[in-house]
Amino acid sequence: MTQSVVVQVGQCGNQIGCCFWDLALREHAAVNQKGIYDEAISSFFRNVDTRVAGDGGSISRGKICSLKARAVLIDMEEGVVNEILQGPLRDVFDSKQLITDISGSGNNWAVGHKVFGRLYQEQILEKLRKSAEHCDCLQCFFVIHSMGGGTGSGLGTFLLKVLEDEFPEVYRFVTSVYPSSEDDVITSPYNSILAMKELNEHADCVLPIDNQSLFDIISKIDLVVNSRKLDTTVKPKSLVTSSVGALKKQHKKPFDAMNNIVANLLLNLTSSARFEGSLNMDLNEISMNLVPFPQLHYLVSSLTPLYTLADVNIPPRRLDQMFSDAFSKDYQLIRADPKHNLYLACALMVRGNVQISDLRRNIERLKPSLKFVSWNQEGWKTSLCSVPPVGHSHSLLALANNTCVKPTFMELKGRFMRLYKKKAHLHHYLQVEGMEESCFTEAVSSLSALIQEYNQLEATESVPVPDLPRLSVA
Amino acid sequence: MSIVTVQLGQCGNQIGFEVFDTLFSDSHSSQGLCSKRENEAYRASCKERFFSEEENGVPIARAVLVDMEPKVINQTLSKAARSGRWKYGQHAYFCQKQGSGNNWAYGYSVHGPKHKESILDLIQKEVEKCDSLSGFFIIMSMAGGTGSGIGAFVTQNLQDQYSNSLKMNQIIWPYRTGEVIVQNYNSILTLSHLYRSSDALLVHENDAVHKICAKLMKIRQISFSDMNQVLAHQLGSVFQPTYSAEGSPHYRRNPLGLALVSSPSCFLSTFLLWSMSIETIFLFFFTGDLMENLVPHPEFKMLSVRNIPQMSENSLAYSTFTWAGLLKHLRQMLISHAKMEEGIDWQVRPPLSGLPPLGKMPFNKELHFNTSIANLVILRGKDVQSADLDGFKDPALYTSWLKPVDAFNVWKTQRAFSKYEKSATLVSNSQFLVKPLDMIVGKAWNMFASKAYIHQYTKFGIEEEDFLDSFTLLEQVVASYCNL
Repeated sequence: MTQSVVVQVGQCGNQIGCCFWDLALREHAAVNQKGIYDEAISSFFRNVDTRVAGDGGSISRGKICSLKARAVLIDMEEGVVNEILQGPLRDVFDSKQLITDISGSGNNWAVGHKVFGRLYQEQILEKLRKSAEHCDCLQCFFVIHSMGGGTGSGLGTFLLKVLEDEFPEVYRFVTSVYPSSEDDVITSPYNSILAMKELNEHADCVLPIDNQSLFDIISKIDLVVNSRKLDTTVKPKSLVTSSVGALKKQHKKPFDAMNNIVANLLLNLTSSARFEGSLNMDLNEISMNLVPFPQLHYLVSSLTPLYTLADVNIPPRRLDQMFSDAFSKDYQLIRADPKHNLYLACALMVRGNVQISDLRRNIERLKPSLKFVSWNQEGWKTSLCSVPPVGHSHSLLALANNTCVKPTFMELKGRFMRLYKKKAHLHHYLQVEGMEESCFTEAVSSLSALIQEYNQLEATESVPVPDLPRLSVA
Repeated sequence: MSIVTVQLGQCGNQIGFEVFDTLFSDSHSSQGLCSKRENEAYRASCKERFFSEEENGVPIARAVLVDMEPKVINQTLSKAARSGRWKYGQHAYFCQKQGSGNNWAYGYSVHGPKHKESILDLIQKEVEKCDSLSGFFIIMSMAGGTGSGIGAFVTQNLQDQYSNSLKMNQIIWPYRTGEVIVQNYNSILTLSHLYRSSDALLVHENDAVHKICAKLMKIRQISFSDMNQVLAHQLGSVFQPTYSAEGSPHYRRNPLGLALVSSPSCFLSTFLLWSMSIETIFLFFFTGDLMENLVPHPEFKMLSVRNIPQMSENSLAYSTFTWAGLLKHLRQMLISHAKMEEGIDWQVRPPLSGLPPLGKMPFNKELHFNTSIANLVILRGKDVQSADLDGFKDPALYTSWLKPVDAFNVWKTQRAFSKYEKSATLVSNSQFLVKPLDMIVGKAWNMFASKAYIHQYTKFGIEEEDFLDSFTLLEQVVASYCNL
């Protein structure tokens, strides 16, 4: 079994990360009732004897003693990390796996990337190496960050290059939270575009998340819950409000629920690698199947059921609804409509009491309504994991490599250009050592090239490429 | 004669378990409908082939389990141990921590060479336990990375090390869509490499097995375990002991003998070969064993299995069968491309014998009549001697360059298989797989033309030329089968 390390950077990254560890603990507690440290738990947690001083306390088998998250927490402010360290999850984090500063990046990518990058490179590398040493077979780094601010965006993408150089064999999966158009950080378009170039070049897979979409999903759930009309059918145990044994029973801030969605995305993404199933899907199969060309590694994700009642008997109609929902634009974690755009590839990762015949029936049913690129008409990858999410009988994570991500990138580029034409706030960036105007022009042309790749794929829809004649044999 | 099974990857290991479980249950069932003595001989023969015995008397499968990640192997070992009836050898498995990620190149070029010694050592230990080795049965899928990539690598190495032993690969042909996106690439790489190193490829298509589960077994929510049981049933009906010739007092010793190792010769020399007495050739290759001739030429190595009857236990209780009825259906399944008893096209007739067909089959024309190279029918159950097989001996069924007497064989036993009083299985080397193969090659070719996913393979040393070699070889195979 392999292990993964989560690197959470900046305020957003750490908040989502915190949710993730809470849910991950609960999931393993629900599956592993005997409290034995098994391979599934080992994928995200170390088992440590805290009585042993120093670093020698790792226990590879037997009873769970004290679980430590395979995580590196990085923030250039102290607030969020301190909150975590004083909260109920404090024992899960090893104090040696933190990097904080007090000055913050001031919503400036250049400060995060260039200043703190240089300043903390050695420290970051040391913590990463340490976390890697604790792994038996490290397969993947999950980087969680936001695109709009300074630390997550700047230092988070700096880190990607460090990972690539230091651990070229280990996958880099990045969960990137994109700013909404009403974002209150005025420089967020700059930060996002500068970060995009790094994602283009140094990530294996990017899972873009959009705050607005998460907010819309939460609002819809609230609406349904509050209207009380559907009182009997709305679950108290959705993935979002996921309550069972939760640390935070009530969600005061919408952010908690929103972060929960993202945390669930990561749990479901890794479930088939952690638990048993009749059709396993390891993490290295994700990029193998979903990334046809190295640059096109942005995967649009959707989670279902988000707010349907899941009961144990799974009447087929309701199970089929779960599959339909996964393709609806209301369930996507960025504002995108995969159904009306072009698929390059699609993965369906199913958990719980679902069999291969259910999967096949739904693929056959949904296929006619979806457009796939000519050379990948049957671009489906599937997995069946027998362990359902806590409180559910089944769930589905759909990952789409689809041209529907393009509008998000174009909109971002538009907002960037509006600022950049006026040279607004540019001096804040250019005064940082190592930042040149060329950083901006290169970043924007990197993004344009990406958009162009999507355009070319879309063009094949209207003007189909003729099939290359098959080889003829004598 | 014993067979060493090598089960690779998630698919190979799950199916391997079901196969051994089926073989064991059947040979220990009391429903054999034959004399006690007969039953004992059958059981002993099955055991010699597939199981060895430890001191405590629990049969040990003659198998080596290989996977690049531990979950499936752990599950398979403990399932066998829990059965309490048979188990896998304590040290007969090899696994690593990280799978091949659906990448044939990773399995073939990275994992394979790296673990070659360990895997071949395990296989050799298993071989040393056999008094006499008849060959290897290698179970793998061709869609993923481990079964397909390492499976091809291991088969190649077995060919080098045990060139005189038969190697038959059980290939799981992926669903047409929806398992692995790069399955067509992985498939063409697997097939082209196996074509060079294996003696016969026994193919099961997931789509066909799925249909059997739905239509014949009447299973509503079909799981992989259901599918694997159907598959294991089919394989069991081929591999369980039978008598080689009418009236022979001994069970056939080498079931893998259904695939003949033919020299890499061209058509001409094959004709010369066939003009000699078939027995002479077999005696030459496998002393004392009557060999069947399902693979008379290296261009034609793809075998399919059809069986009848296959039904749920509930329906079985209300059914009776006659040999004439079963064989009439089985023959029509053969000539009309049917994958199961239901939905047979009864309109299809063989071309009038004696008249040569008008020209060769156009390349993409719908294949109506299924022309065979060679067929083997295995009959098990009551009154088996009364079965009339003349329908399979019609020259019109076969390619013009083989006589039915050479192209058709039958194995029989009175011992009933599984819960079926009478059952018949067909192993056929015919045009059955031309269409699926042509489809896979076509889809892989389209993807290859766009260069999609190629970077994932070149990363591990499989270059565009390697793909082109595979395409060339398989286009040749498609053309050869089409032109029968």
